[in-house]
Amino acid sequence: MLKFVGKRLATGVGLIAALSVLTFFLLQFGAAGTAQRIAGQSASPEAVAVVEERLGLDRPPLERFGSWVADALGGDLGRSWFGGQPVVDTVTSRMAVTVTLAVGSVVLTAVIAVVLGALAAARRGWLDRLVQLLGVIGQAIPGFLMALALVLVFAIELDWFPATGYTRPSESIGGWLLSIALPVVALTVGSIGGVAQQVRGSMIDAFSRDYVRTLRSRGLSRRRVVYRHVLRNAAGPALSILGLQFVILLGGAVIVETLFSIPGLGPAALSSTSQGDIPVVMGIVVVTGVVVVLVNTLVDVAQAWVNPKVRLS
Amino acid sequence: MSSAHRLPASTPTRAPRAGLLRRLLAHPLGGVSLVLLAVIGAVAVAAPWVAPHDPTATDLRMIFAEPGGGYALGGDSAGRDVLSRLLVATACSIAGGLLVAGVAALVGVTAGLVAGFFGGWIDTLGAWFTALTMSLPSIIVLIAARSVMGPSMWWTMAIFGALVSPVYYRVVYNAVRGVRGELYIDAARTSGLSNTRIIGRHVLMAVRAPVVLLTAGVVAAGIGMQAGFDFLGLGDPTTPTWGQMLNEGFYNINRSRLLVLWPALALGLTTVFLTLLGTALRDELEGPSDARRRRNRAPWAPDGPLPAVIDHGNAPEGEPLLVVRDLAVAYPSENGFATVVRNGRLTVHRGETHGLVGESGSGKSQTAFSVLGLLPRGGTVVAGSIVFDGDELVGRTDEQMNRLRGSRIAYVPQEPMSNLDPSFTVGDQLTEPLVTVLGLSKAEAERRALDLLEQVGIPDPRRTYASYPHQLSGGMAQRVLIAGAVASRPDLLIADEPTTALDVTVQAEVLDLLRDLRDELGMAVLIVTHNFGVVADLCDRVSVMQEGVVVETGTTRDVFADPRHPYTRALFAAIPKGAPRAPLAGVTSAGALGTGRIA
Amino acid sequence: MNGSLLTVDDLVVEYPGRGFRAPPFRAVEGVSFDIRPGETVGLVGESGSGKTTIGRAILGLAPVSAGTVTFRGEDISRPTPRRRRELTRDLQVVYQDPYSSLNPSLTIGDSLAEPLVVRRTPKQQARARVRELLDTVGLPTDAADRMPREFSGGQRQRVAIARALALDPTLIVCDEPVSALDLSTQALVLELFLEIQQRTGVAYLFISHDLAVVREMSHRVAVLHRGELVEWGPGDVVTSAPEHPYTQRLLLASPVPDPAAQEQRRADRLRLRELQAEQDLQAGTA
Repeated sequence: MLKFVGKRLATGVGLIAALSVLTFFLLQFGAAGTAQRIAGQSASPEAVAVVEERLGLDRPPLERFGSWVADALGGDLGRSWFGGQPVVDTVTSRMAVTVTLAVGSVVLTAVIAVVLGALAAARRGWLDRLVQLLGVIGQAIPGFLMALALVLVFAIELDWFPATGYTRPSESIGGWLLSIALPVVALTVGSIGGVAQQVRGSMIDAFSRDYVRTLRSRGLSRRRVVYRHVLRNAAGPALSILGLQFVILLGGAVIVETLFSIPGLGPAALSSTSQGDIPVVMGIVVVTGVVVVLVNTLVDVAQAWVNPKVRLS
Repeated sequence: MSSAHRLPASTPTRAPRAGLLRRLLAHPLGGVSLVLLAVIGAVAVAAPWVAPHDPTATDLRMIFAEPGGGYALGGDSAGRDVLSRLLVATACSIAGGLLVAGVAALVGVTAGLVAGFFGGWIDTLGAWFTALTMSLPSIIVLIAARSVMGPSMWWTMAIFGALVSPVYYRVVYNAVRGVRGELYIDAARTSGLSNTRIIGRHVLMAVRAPVVLLTAGVVAAGIGMQAGFDFLGLGDPTTPTWGQMLNEGFYNINRSRLLVLWPALALGLTTVFLTLLGTALRDELEGPSDARRRRNRAPWAPDGPLPAVIDHGNAPEGEPLLVVRDLAVAYPSENGFATVVRNGRLTVHRGETHGLVGESGSGKSQTAFSVLGLLPRGGTVVAGSIVFDGDELVGRTDEQMNRLRGSRIAYVPQEPMSNLDPSFTVGDQLTEPLVTVLGLSKAEAERRALDLLEQVGIPDPRRTYASYPHQLSGGMAQRVLIAGAVASRPDLLIADEPTTALDVTVQAEVLDLLRDLRDELGMAVLIVTHNFGVVADLCDRVSVMQEGVVVETGTTRDVFADPRHPYTRALFAAIPKGAPRAPLAGVTSAGALGTGRIA
Repeated sequence: MNGSLLTVDDLVVEYPGRGFRAPPFRAVEGVSFDIRPGETVGLVGESGSGKTTIGRAILGLAPVSAGTVTFRGEDISRPTPRRRRELTRDLQVVYQDPYSSLNPSLTIGDSLAEPLVVRRTPKQQARARVRELLDTVGLPTDAADRMPREFSGGQRQRVAIARALALDPTLIVCDEPVSALDLSTQALVLELFLEIQQRTGVAYLFISHDLAVVREMSHRVAVLHRGELVEWGPGDVVTSAPEHPYTQRLLLASPVPDPAAQEQRRADRLRLRELQAEQDLQAGTA
C-alpha cells in the first residue's frame, strides 16, 4: 500500500516538473514586454535594461530556471515583480480560499449527486428523468453564466446574499458563510447533474451484474444488496469522477472568484498574467499542480480502499 | 427435424437504414435543436449582411438607449447597437466553438487512433499528455498562454482545443482498443489487409459514432469557455462576442438589466441546444437507453392453445416438491409483449435431480428464474402456477420470496467469476446471508462457512475464506458458489448451467460434488443445461424445452432410450456420435506418428 | 517432412511479462506436429493449453519466439509483412465467436468481398464470387446486402466459412468453430466443414475443447496440456485408447449422452483418478 502511494506521488512529482518546465519557458516569450511595462511605456532602452538587470532577465533563461528550481525546492518561490511580496505567501493564502470553495463545492456535489444518482438508479421513473435533465443543464450552461444568474436573482433582486466581496472567517463566521454561499452554489449547480448521471450509470451497471442475482438468491433483501453491494461497487467510478470534478471546479473558481470579487487564486492569476508577473504565474501553476497531485493521490488511495483488485495487485 | 432448425429460405427482410440526419429530425429533441441550431448558424453566416448597424460604431446619443427607437434592442454603454453586436457576436462565438472542436478532434482522434492501434511510445506520450492536461485547470493555462500570445481569440481557442483534445484521445483510444480485440480485425488481417487499410476500413468506422457524439459537447464547451474568457476581459476587445457583451451588461447592471439578458439568452440557448443535440445523437447512434414506454400496451394474451407435453410417466410416488404448471413468462417489447416461456411444466420430486434441457432461447433459464422469483428486469410471470411444497409462489411479494430464498430454495449460477461480488472476500459473502437470513452469530457463521468450504472440497478453506474472488480459479469460485448455495441446507437447489463455463476435467469434479451434496443433504436439484452428457451423468428425470414449451418429460433412461418428440429426436441426432475418422488415405498410422514430439 | 503441407517444429510462443522485469509468459512450449494436404488435424486441450495460440502463431497473429512454422517447405515463422499478406491466400481462419468475427457495420457482401477487393479483383467478378460463396455455404444470395445482426449464430458462422473460402486456401485454421453454437446448428456446420473438405481438398487445423467433436472431424489428433503436446497420433487411437494420463483423464471426464454408458465412464474415471493419485504418490516418494 505504501509502495502504491509512493508510486503515485512519484508520478505526481514528474508531472509538476514537466508543468513548471513548460510554463517557465513559454513565459519567457513575454518577459521583455514585462520589463518595458515596469519601466513605463515611454522609458528609454537604457531604463528598460536596468529593470531587466534588476529582475535578472539579462541572464540566460536556463540559468534563471535553474535558480528558480533551486529556490523553489527550498520553499521560496521568489517575489512578485510588481508588488514585491513573497509569492509563497500570496499564493498559499489565496489558494486556501480557492480550495475552500472547490472543496465545499465537491462535498456538496458528492452528497447531493450520490443521493440523487443512487435513488435514480434504484427507483428510475421521474427521479431518473430529473437527474438526466439536471445533467443536461449542468453540461449545457457555462458555470459563470449560472453564477451570473445567481447574482442577479439572489443578490441584486432579492438581496439575500452579498453580491460581491469576501468576509474572512476570522472576522465573522456568519458573514463568511454568506459570502461564500453563492459562489459555492454557483460552482455546485453545474457539477451535480454530470456527477449524478455518472453515479446513476455506475449504479445501474453494478446493478445488472450477475452477483446481484446470486446474492438475492441467498435471501438478502433488495435494499441490503443495493446499499451494501451495489453502492460499494459503484463507489470506484464515482470517486474518479469526483477527483476529476475537483480539477474542473478549481478552474471554474477562477471565473467565479473574479465575478464575486473573492480574493482567491482567480483574480491573482488574471492580474499576474496580464501584467506578465512571471514569479507569481509560476507560483500559481506549481501550487495548483501540487494541490491537484495531492487530491489525485487521495482519490487513488480511496480507490484502492474500495477496490481489492487495485489494492492487492 | 423441426422447421425451426432449418435455415429459412430467405433471411428476414432488410431493416430500413435511414440516414442519421433523417432519424435525428424525427427525434423529438433532436429535430427541434437541429432546426434551431441551423437557424443560429444561418444568423452567424449572414450576420455581416443582416446587421442593421456597424457593431463597433458608437453613437453618444444612443448610450443605454431603450429598445425600439433606432436600435431594435437598444444601445449599450458606448452607444453601440445591441442587436448588431449580438448578430456579429454569434458568428465569432460559433466560429470559436468550431475551432476548439476542430483542433481537439484533429489532435485527439489522430493520436488516439495511432496510440490505440499500435501502442508503443505514442501510447505512453498520450497517457502523459492526458495526465498533464487533466492536472491543471485549463483556464489557468489559457491565461498563461494569453500573456505569451496576446489577446487573440483564435490562438486562445486553438490552445483550448489542444487542451481538451485528451477528451477525444481517451474516447478514440478506448474505442480502438476495444475494436482491436475484435476477431473481425484479425479476420481482416488474415484476409490480407494492411494496417492502414484496417484502420481506414474497420477502426475508423468504430470511432465515428463516439466522435460525432463528443463533438456536440465540445463545441458547447468551447463556446462556453470563450464566453467565460471574454467575460473576464481577457478576450480581443475588437471582436464583439457574447462574453464581452455579458461583461459589459454585468458591470452596467444598475443602468440596464436587458444588456445582460440578450447575450445570456443567446449563449444559454446555443449551448443547451448543442447539448440536447448531443443527447439525441446518443439516442440515435447507441439506441435509446430505455425502451420508450408505451402507455396503452395491450394486455398479455397467450398466442394459441398450449401444446401438449409427451410424458413418459414412471413418476415417483408421493407429493412432489415443486410443480410448475402452464407457466408463461413475458417481457414488455415495442409492440406488446415478447413471451419467452409459453408453457413451462415441471414436476420435481424430493431428493431427485431433474434436468431441464434445451438450446439457447428455449426459456429454460427463464423458467428456473421464475421459480426463484428473480426474473431479469421487466420479466413477469404472466400465467400459470408454481407450487413449492404445497404453497403457490406466483403472486408472492418479494419479501415473502426472500423468506424462501436462501433457506429452502438455493441457486448456483453459470458463470462463477461474475457471480461473486469483487469487492468482498469470500468469507464476507458466505457469512452475510448466514447472519442476516439465518440469524447466526458472527463466530458461528464463520465456523459454518469454513465447514462448508471444506465440504465442497476446497483444500485450504481458511485461505480461500480470506481471499477476494479475483484470486480464485474458475473451478474454485464455482465451489465457493455451491458452498454458498447449500449453506442453508435447502430443499431445492436450482443450478443454471453450473458447469458450462468450466473445463471438462473441472466439470466432472463439480458434477461429482453436486451428486455427493445431493445425497448427503437429501435435496432436490433442478439443473438447467444444454449438455446431454451432464443430464446422463447426474439426472434422474429430464424435461426437454423448445421455444418456451416443455415438449417431453420422463425418467432420463426412458427419454434417452426412446425420445418421442421430433425435437428431442433432432437433438439426439445432432450429438456427435463419436465415430472417429480414419487416417487420411495413403498415410500409415506408424508414419503419422513420425513428426510429432511428445513432451 | 515429405508430403506435409504445414509443419510446426518445436514451436515456442512467449508473451512479455506484465510489469518491469517480469519473466515472459510461455503460452506454448516446444510443440511439433504437421498437417498434410487435405487432412484434418485436431488440436484438443482445455483453457490455457495453448491450442488457440498455436493457431494464431501459424497465422502470424502471435509471436513465434523459437522453433519454426514451415509451409510448403518455406519457413513462415517470421515473414515480412508483405509476404505475410501474400500467405493469406493459402492460410485462412474461422473463429469461435460468430458475433465478433464479422464487422457489425459492414454488409455480409462487403465482408466477403474484402479479401477479393484487396487483391484488386474487378467489382463484377468479386460480386459473382460472393454469390458463389454464399451458395457454397448454403445461404441465400440476397444475404450479401444484409447486415450481420440479421443473422443467427449458425448463419454467421456460415458467412465466416464463406469468407475463409474466398481465396481458395489450402489450409483453414478452425478455432473452436462450433463451440458457441447450439447442438443442432453445430451438427449442420460440422457437416458443412466435411462437405467442403471433400469438394475442395482443403486441410483443416481443427481446434476444440470437445473431444467428441474433434474425434468426428479429425484424421489425426494432438492433445495439449499447459502449452505442451502430450499426445499425438491417429484420431481413433488418441480419442479412444489414449496413452498419456492427461488424455485419459480428459477422455473420461467428458460425459457421454447415455445414462448407462456414462455410469460406466464415471466409475472408470474414479478408478483412474485413484490409480493416478497412487502413481503420483509413488513417484513423489521414489
